[in-house]
Amino acid sequence: MSTIQPNIEQPVSEEMALVRRAKRGDDQAFEELVRRYDRNVFRIAQHITQNREDAEDVVQEAFLKAYSNLEKFQEQSKFYTWLVRIAVNEALMKLRRRKPERTVSLDEDVKTEDDSLPREVADWSPNPEQMYNQAELREILTRTIQGLPAGFRTVFVLRDVEGLSTEETAQALELSIPAVKSRLLRARLQLRERLNRFFQKRASGDGDQ
Amino acid sequence: MKCSEFLNELTNYLDGALDAQTKAELDGHLAWCHNCYVVCDTTRKTIEIYHNSELYELPDDLRARLELAIMTKCSAHKKSGPPSS
Repeated sequence: MSTIQPNIEQPVSEEMALVRRAKRGDDQAFEELVRRYDRNVFRIAQHITQNREDAEDVVQEAFLKAYSNLEKFQEQSKFYTWLVRIAVNEALMKLRRRKPERTVSLDEDVKTEDDSLPREVADWSPNPEQMYNQAELREILTRTIQGLPAGFRTVFVLRDVEGLSTEETAQALELSIPAVKSRLLRARLQLRERLNRFFQKRASGDGDQ
Repeated sequence: MKCSEFLNELTNYLDGALDAQTKAELDGHLAWCHNCYVVCDTTRKTIEIYHNSELYELPDDLRARLELAIMTKCSAHKKSGPPSS
């Protein structure tokens, strides 16, 4: 049931206009791209590497690589998607260097089928974020997402934290769309399961530890 | 519909990526299956909480340093010319 895509000439996006100026050697245009996306790249890098210094390196290396390979960017995707792909690869390399005892790849931990099935079904408090102060909540969320395998964490961060579409996530990670969807489902279910114990409704009066 | 079938479609359901008929089937399942309703609702909350979490925000001073470092390196790269390979 595919719809016929009309072949309408899209107006050049603001992003692509900057990319083209940068390709012609306009460094101010490239700097504008850096400003536009450095926060996102930093977040993604820190989620993957789980280390602030590594994330800082990744931001610098990813933009430098983008700059020096700009003429190879074919404009078939958004510049941002292309940049994320570079940044994810840099971040995974850092992670492998730091944790050489573990094989780190986007394919890890995808073999077992049942690890994400809900084991505990408990309703959460209506406003779970408000059960903790900001620092506590940050700690809970950080530790919980850090416990996910890198392959799941990366898909979840791109899709649900950064808001890339499924297609963009697939492009950025060089995965198929079904592979993205399957990892995303399991990442979401695993996070939910791990957050259960922090966010479930507390029985009134009962010591609920 | 079995709970396992519902779970398989959960991501598409939450992302609104389903045709009307499949969505109606899933809605029908949710209407009577409390466990799936809870899993669906808490998964949705999980996504919302992380989406709004602002973990790992880049502080302004670090951001300024990184931007300067990036542009300095880019400029050095330009001066040294493209790699010979």
